[in-house]
Amino acid sequence: MPVFYGTEVASALMLGTAQYPSPAVLAEAFRASGAGIATVSLRREQGGGQDFWSLIQGLGTRLLPNTAGCHSVKEAVTTAHMARELFGTPWIKLEVIGHTDTLQPDVVGLVEAARILTEDGFQVFPYCTEDLGICGRLRDAGCEVLMPWGAPIGSGMGLNNPYGLRSLRAHFADVPLVVDAGIGLPSHAAQAMEMGYDAVLLNTAVARAGDPAGMARAMALAVQAGRAAFLADPMAPRDMAAPSTPVLGKAFLT
Amino acid sequence: MTITLNGAPLQTGATTLADLLHEAGFGPKVATARNGAFVPAGLRASTPITEGDRIEVLAPMQGG
Repeated sequence: MPVFYGTEVASALMLGTAQYPSPAVLAEAFRASGAGIATVSLRREQGGGQDFWSLIQGLGTRLLPNTAGCHSVKEAVTTAHMARELFGTPWIKLEVIGHTDTLQPDVVGLVEAARILTEDGFQVFPYCTEDLGICGRLRDAGCEVLMPWGAPIGSGMGLNNPYGLRSLRAHFADVPLVVDAGIGLPSHAAQAMEMGYDAVLLNTAVARAGDPAGMARAMALAVQAGRAAFLADPMAPRDMAAPSTPVLGKAFLT
Repeated sequence: MTITLNGAPLQTGATTLADLLHEAGFGPKVATARNGAFVPAGLRASTPITEGDRIEVLAPMQGG
């Protein structure tokens, strides 16, 4: 199972807490998913915060607060400090958003914020792209986990750049890697795990499914299958057919 | 005096951030910022509220 900053978590599935039709459906989906980590955020208190706190405490998962919606280093760093106090964890899913339509990370701001937060004792989970250079900078800034996107947040498009993700996996062989964002189907999650990713983080694919608990279960199975396949050392693909049934001994019947 | 609390104007007589939270009836599970800077819980009682302050009071919320 994945180890993040020295802490082993019970599942390679990390699940978001947003967009569920009701708190009861959220809780049911988490039970079905077996997720070991729940992502959360913080927003202006308008009456629901205290009940939500009770709800997530009952999930039995570790909490990973995010800095979603932050577009500047200062905003992200301040939000991280507020999250650390509120949720009582040094873990922070660091998002510094660079583009409104694609929610693409501002990777320059991300590296800067990661450095500031790491120096202040945070354990940073950066939402990043699959760029090798930027991921190297994030490692230099102190990140012991990297979370490249599969596709834009909430798009459900799956892994847009499998080559880049494979390359990242090969380049950072000893660093825990999580595909964060863009997963729409269990097959996408399985694909990431088959590549050797340590975990996947998803939210919309489960929360917006017609049956969130059913989809949570499907995602859990896909993550397990993908991980088992990676550990079993998959065959290499080839262009031409290779008969699986022995040719030797075939009857001469013409 | 008039301040801005979570984006909305508010008339208040509170002199410290701790007083303001009490006056506005917030629950215990909140994090605070004053004029864009984080204020740890332990400093709320000694953080003054002054005219025009922008106060943010955040709570745990759904997130992805």
